[in-house]
Amino acid sequence: MPTTDTAPVVLRLNAITKTFGKLTANDAVSFSLHKGEVIALLGENGAGKTTLMNILFGQYTADSGTVEVFGRNLPAGNPRAALSAGVGMVHQHFTLADNMTVLENIVLGTRPLWRPGFDRAGARARIEKLSADFRLRVDPDAKVGTLAVGERQRVEILKALYRDARILILDEPTAVLTPQETDDLFETLRKAVALGLSVVFISHKLHEVMAISDRVLILRHGKLISQVRTDQTDRKSLAALMVGAEVQAPEVQDISPGSALLKLTNVSTPDRGNAPGLKSVSLALRAGQIIGLAGVSGNGQAALAAMVGGLIRPASGQLDLDGHPPQSWSPKHAVHSGIARIPEDRHKIGTIADLDLTENAILECYRDAPFSRRGWMNWAKARTFTRQIIDTYDVRCPGPSTRIRLLSGGNMQKLILGRVLQPGPRIILANQPVRGLDIGAVTYVQNQLLQARARAAAILLISEDLDEIMALSDVIHVISEGRLSPAFKRGTMTPAELGVWMAGDGFERGAAIAP
Amino acid sequence: MRLEPISNPSLTRTIVPPLIALGSTVVIASLLAMIAGANPFSVLGLILKGAFGSKFAALETLNRATPLIFTGLSVAVAFRAKLWNIGAEAQLYAGAVVTVVLGTGALTLPPVALIPIIALMAMIAGAIVLLIPAILKTRFGVDEVVTTLLFNFIFLLFVSMLLEGPLKDPMGMGWPKSARLIPEARLPRIFPGLRLHWGFALAIIAAIVVWIIQKRTTLGYEMQAVGLNTEAARFAGIPVRTVLIKTALLSGGLAALAGFSEVAGLKGSLTLDLSPGFGYTGIIVAMLALLNPLAVIAAAFFVAGIFVGADSMSRAAGVPTYLADIMLATALLLMVLAILLTRFRIVRE
Repeated sequence: MPTTDTAPVVLRLNAITKTFGKLTANDAVSFSLHKGEVIALLGENGAGKTTLMNILFGQYTADSGTVEVFGRNLPAGNPRAALSAGVGMVHQHFTLADNMTVLENIVLGTRPLWRPGFDRAGARARIEKLSADFRLRVDPDAKVGTLAVGERQRVEILKALYRDARILILDEPTAVLTPQETDDLFETLRKAVALGLSVVFISHKLHEVMAISDRVLILRHGKLISQVRTDQTDRKSLAALMVGAEVQAPEVQDISPGSALLKLTNVSTPDRGNAPGLKSVSLALRAGQIIGLAGVSGNGQAALAAMVGGLIRPASGQLDLDGHPPQSWSPKHAVHSGIARIPEDRHKIGTIADLDLTENAILECYRDAPFSRRGWMNWAKARTFTRQIIDTYDVRCPGPSTRIRLLSGGNMQKLILGRVLQPGPRIILANQPVRGLDIGAVTYVQNQLLQARARAAAILLISEDLDEIMALSDVIHVISEGRLSPAFKRGTMTPAELGVWMAGDGFERGAAIAP
Repeated sequence: MRLEPISNPSLTRTIVPPLIALGSTVVIASLLAMIAGANPFSVLGLILKGAFGSKFAALETLNRATPLIFTGLSVAVAFRAKLWNIGAEAQLYAGAVVTVVLGTGALTLPPVALIPIIALMAMIAGAIVLLIPAILKTRFGVDEVVTTLLFNFIFLLFVSMLLEGPLKDPMGMGWPKSARLIPEARLPRIFPGLRLHWGFALAIIAAIVVWIIQKRTTLGYEMQAVGLNTEAARFAGIPVRTVLIKTALLSGGLAALAGFSEVAGLKGSLTLDLSPGFGYTGIIVAMLALLNPLAVIAAAFFVAGIFVGADSMSRAAGVPTYLADIMLATALLLMVLAILLTRFRIVRE
């Protein structure tokens, strides 16, 4: 890594503070970025990374503090000023128009609206040059709607470069990429710094931070608690700095799997818009086994989760429960068959924000005694049940009649865990169970899953985080465009090998190497 | 500027904005009265006096509030489950038609049997009228705002046809008007000598029953969950379609009771001007009450008071009665804004 301390400072944040109500998202954060440098902003979810970058980009106004770009103060709350000063941001969620071509998306907003005529050839030449310089392969005439996620990200980066960005901010750019695509992105970023750009890379994945950055800034609870040179640190100490304590990977004991509780045989479902359906998927969930489903998001995970969760039925193929096809298949039947469902989106699907904890806790079982009889609710029993969950699962909250909207993501997830695990389920569908949780909550949730495995529950773990999948699963399947890879036993595959499958490359010859 | 949700609004924060909204409504109405040439300071007094100033006035207000409680409840029940029933007007007329069909001599029973039967049949008719849009919504995804709204016009024309044809009073001297109900079918007065019929008591009871349904039954819980987040409700296994159909039946039945109560309690016969828009005003009542069934009673008093009071004020002060409509519209708009301010604070960016 080149030494950059002597290079000129391109960006300086001076004591940025931002509060939302009682929450202090950023607490007097100051740092500087040098020319040709990659700094990683590391922190758990909720540590204030995204808020800080939104202030820098002018989308939020800081309560106090200033942003200096190339030595000049940036006016607060003005993204246009940030853009013209040379700051380009690639958001976690892309901001592209699906029905327009790559070229149109890139030039969108760079020309005054009232000026007719448009030098398409000039724009194309410029985009092609940028593509070549930064190794961002993408067809300028393709409709953005037809592009894969990795390509869309390249368009976003090109968009920033087209606007002469000298400072690139990437907010969790690798969350949607396969390991190979991540490597390509890093290649691009290295080109960028070689050409004199500077990069702020936001992530909570330690190995990526180690791979790409020159310096690491660690944010915890809104405070910048440490700045270290990447070559003078390691993953373990970064993790410790991030959460404030040593972290341990969960230990998994070997258990021999039992009978298949839920089985899919050649199950297919139709595509839904951009979300692919399942393509002849066969899968068995066995007692005492965690099956990890790896894959880039939007490759059929949603359809598989909906299938196991009782929301959809196979269009063709067969679903068996305990060896028989169920008489009917709905969320209600899934719950009654002993399936615990931890949904992907705990805010919109897992809970109802404006109901209180009690009302959310009984969402799946309100019809059953003792919570109701002959259509009459027994709220006293429901509150007792909720208090039990609050105590057993350590849900931090003012009480059972608090609206769930007011809980943090981790506590919300603990309530959902309590709701689904309290009845002692036989099958657990855990869809992104730790996404967005702080490390304490992550460990807690993962341990709950391992405990359930120890008492012979069958668990399907869906996650985009390959590390999580590899740490917890007995068996790994990769899903790509609705197709399921063969089962890989724990420890038989490297991340790179799984990455090949995630990119959809293993499938054509998949039959040959099926175990 | 941006809105930021308030997690736990204080008592002041919940009470003050609505009061300011009411105050502002009065000020705006007074200004309009001044433009119309009246003394603005006397307007509020005249409205209050007209609405509650005498026994006669108060009873008139309560009578006017009765159908509004029913339609307000109908809308509140439906809106809480996010079933946008704009068709309380049609359901009201459905109840009125059934009341006239059964109450003009087709059935002859003692009042204790006849009145409940008619009320029940009226509710069923109203429920069916809303059932059609509800099925169209749950089966085919047809927007119920459009279907229920348009159904109002269709049904009013249907009633017009009935009043010109099969239901026309042969003794009515050619007016489009039904025959009068037989005495056994009329709702008696609560207190002898006071012009207040049992429909009013029924409305209060209905509000309490709806409140109990919402607070204590699985159906109430389901309606709430579906209304707040349909996707999460479906995921949890709540039968969303069934809940919406049940909601529609309840909502349609409540609106039909307004028609029943107006015909059997007040008018005694059916004409095309039975409802001066009670169905639509029910939406205002429900919104002012924040969809709370008990608050619907208070909101209905308020709205009825403005109508009755403004009527008498306009006669006393020589101001057009349209002032009542303006007051209501202003009150509603300001109240919506006030409610927003009880839940969010404005943050300067």
